[in-house]
Amino acid sequence: MPSNLEHKLKAREFVVTAEMPVIDGGGLTDIERHLAPMAPYVDAYNATDNPSGHAHSSSLAVSIALRQAGAEPIMQLACRDRNRLALEADLMGAAMHGIVNVSCMTGDDVTAGDEPEARRVFDLDGPQLIALARSLERGHYLSGRPIVPSPHFCVGAVENPGAPPFEYRVRRAAKKALAGAHFLQLQICYRPRLLERFLHAAHETGLSGRIALLPSVCILRTVGGMRFVATRVPGIDVPAQALRRVEQAADAEAECFEIAYELASHALAQPGVAGLHLISFRKDAGIAALCRRLGIPPRGEREQHGHSASVAV
Amino acid sequence: MRAPAALVARAEHAIKGPIWGCQMCGQCVLHSTGLTCPMTCPKTLRNGPCGGVRADGTCEVKPDMRCVWLKAVQRSQRLPLWRGHIDDLRPPVDNTLKGGSSWLHLLSGRDRVTPAGWGSAEDALEP
Repeated sequence: MPSNLEHKLKAREFVVTAEMPVIDGGGLTDIERHLAPMAPYVDAYNATDNPSGHAHSSSLAVSIALRQAGAEPIMQLACRDRNRLALEADLMGAAMHGIVNVSCMTGDDVTAGDEPEARRVFDLDGPQLIALARSLERGHYLSGRPIVPSPHFCVGAVENPGAPPFEYRVRRAAKKALAGAHFLQLQICYRPRLLERFLHAAHETGLSGRIALLPSVCILRTVGGMRFVATRVPGIDVPAQALRRVEQAADAEAECFEIAYELASHALAQPGVAGLHLISFRKDAGIAALCRRLGIPPRGEREQHGHSASVAV
Repeated sequence: MRAPAALVARAEHAIKGPIWGCQMCGQCVLHSTGLTCPMTCPKTLRNGPCGGVRADGTCEVKPDMRCVWLKAVQRSQRLPLWRGHIDDLRPPVDNTLKGGSSWLHLLSGRDRVTPAGWGSAEDALEP
């Protein structure tokens, strides 16, 4: 059965996805606590897969818990920690639990995390994992062994408009569409010109009509948080000017929010944007506040009255 | 046949090792990747650069190394042939071919054999 996210993306309705913060010891209580403030605005939540190479509760377990809590998960699957057998097993396990949305990614390297001595796997890469998920949907494992009945997935992926080679990123995104991805969550990008360049190229080549593009915006709170993103999260380049703005601000949290608002408004003004992906480490009230500031109606209102994704002109 | 095959593999590695840093994956795609070996990428990615490439074009894993795929993309544009191949979706690596000669696998067609469940890109586009 199609997921709500899939249904909305197909209908070109505006969607908001958000990152579920990582879960360690807090269990289901933590999930419910994180959900409460953002639930009114968010259509689906990313259950992250050992982000930045740090171990946490598995994305499959968090996805199941999200469903139990009445929320729609997007299960991330990274190629870093599993070979193709384990990836197939987790996709089939997800299908068994009614998890439809999956986000297929290569994954940050183990050296980005706190256990850099771990063995990296990368038996498949991101585009191959997308194709694998679609193969399962066609009713067989990679070996050709049949699956009856076959599972259904809404396959997503990621792309980074802010990492070199810039001019090639749209072609790589097109390869992911060719492999069978329905949506792409774009990496957080603190360089609006690069995002603009990516989205315009995606629009001009017709890519944004073939795959739903969701730029990501991260709501930080402190100078330390911004420095962490700048230095520890692979592929995110934070300009010195943005860091200075937060350092010199009387209220760092307000300045961080202002930066997030500026980046989000800029992203929404670009052609072919299907929605937004919002990330707020630990303080999830920020997501609802940012949606209100951007004029994005709550989910219930959008579902009742409709709210189309920006129409490319 | 085993001894001659091993001899060809050694000859192949003797040539391709010093020039391209050949890792003997046994299923060479150099011509599709701008004559840059994707197996020298620390993540052994065969379908383009990961999202971790640093702003200065160096590798996420090895900060002293220029991203293999940055070179691959640039060089592929300079090739008279195979320029568009970089956009092809390359299938997963067949780990049973590792260590063997990709020249022999090319001649026998073995390097083009994909798992039965690996669909074509066109299949994947079907709803």
